Amino acid sequence: MKTGTLEVARLVMARDLRLAFRKPSQLLQPLMFFMIVATLFPLTLTPEMSRLRDAAPGVLWVGALLSSLLALEFLFRDDAQDGTLEQFALSGQSLTWMLFAKTCTHWLLTGLPLALSAPVAAVGLGVPASAMWSVVASLALGGFALSLVGAISAGLTLGARRGGVLLSLLTLPLAVPILVFGADATQRAITGDAIAPPMYLLGAIAVLGVTLAPLAAAAAVRIGLE
Amino acid sequence: MLNVAGLHLWRGDRHVLRGVSFSASAGQCVLLTGKNGAGKTTLLRAIAGLLDPEEGQVSWRGAPAREARGDFHSDLAYLGHEAPLKGDLSGHENLRFLVGIRRAVTRAEVDAALARTGARTFSDRAVRLLSAGQRRRVALAGVLLSGASLWLLDEPTTNLDVDGQQLVSSLIDEQVSRGGIVVAAVHHPLSLTSGGLVSLELGAT
Repeated sequence: MKTGTLEVARLVMARDLRLAFRKPSQLLQPLMFFMIVATLFPLTLTPEMSRLRDAAPGVLWVGALLSSLLALEFLFRDDAQDGTLEQFALSGQSLTWMLFAKTCTHWLLTGLPLALSAPVAAVGLGVPASAMWSVVASLALGGFALSLVGAISAGLTLGARRGGVLLSLLTLPLAVPILVFGADATQRAITGDAIAPPMYLLGAIAVLGVTLAPLAAAAAVRIGLE
Repeated sequence: MLNVAGLHLWRGDRHVLRGVSFSASAGQCVLLTGKNGAGKTTLLRAIAGLLDPEEGQVSWRGAPAREARGDFHSDLAYLGHEAPLKGDLSGHENLRFLVGIRRAVTRAEVDAALARTGARTFSDRAVRLLSAGQRRRVALAGVLLSGASLWLLDEPTTNLDVDGQQLVSSLIDEQVSRGGIVVAAVHHPLSLTSGGLVSLELGAT
């Protein structure tokens, strides 16, 4: 009997989680990068809390974006190299759906831990405690959108020998709206304004990503496998 | 059941497949032979749908394979040069996943298939610790478990010892006698006992 759609997603996610926990260094690297950027920044600026607070949204979001670019390289590359991605494509199941499951797992392993660890970095940047939940929520939602958008570029650069730079170049233009609205949400949280407007926009980008990015990623991966 | 008609395929500026045509019905084994670079792997990948031919068509059970891709792929098992296994998972875990995304499979079934290909003794070790031949045995168990009617095997005996080569021959024989189809690229002759053997030499211009 053919495996059901949900079971396929569960198997893909369980496999990727298991692999990640067997090789944790690959996971920790982007997170470490983010923490280093965010903690070094205050050392280079004047230790005036109001100054740091102004810079906080930019530092957090640029750090998160660069760290997610670092993590995107591993999204499909290993699976393409050892031939398992080929077996995804030949399994008779929807490649779109399987890549969506993979992308969600990727977010669980990179975007979510980053968002959850952001308060540690944010404290050093003078972000008030009342804004922490909003900072975490905006980074989590923005990170999800970044993973989805990045999946397209990760698929497109599979065939390229040195895909890293190309991956960044392809992802950045698509990531700019996420960066702008995400930083705006964080800024509003710090000043105590309502964060709903930029959060809705981030949510809209994420929804658009959920509907379109897996399709585009699957098409890109099929080309990359040739 | 499998019909390949007039496949033309270019790789860069090389015209690799120049109008390859053949067909195979249930219970037949097609052996692809030819020099290195004759296009054996290319042909297998084109049949599987991993490469798009410039011209020509692959049909399966009377329907173009490209249009009914999902159905075609659930009926197909492809084993390339490298065993498609994750190095950090054990052979057993790899198969539970690879077969699991196709059909429901139990632990006992996986163990039985691993025993059949002589991989049971090392199937709990991480694949990266296995030799190339051992990996191939694990991957062959995956092909066996897939339950697919069409097997596409790219040099299935590579890295295998004499026993292993014998194993591949008997697996192919069994598949053919079950009414399946095997298309295999080979360098060394296989000692097949089944009828329905077709040989196709590529690059013989």
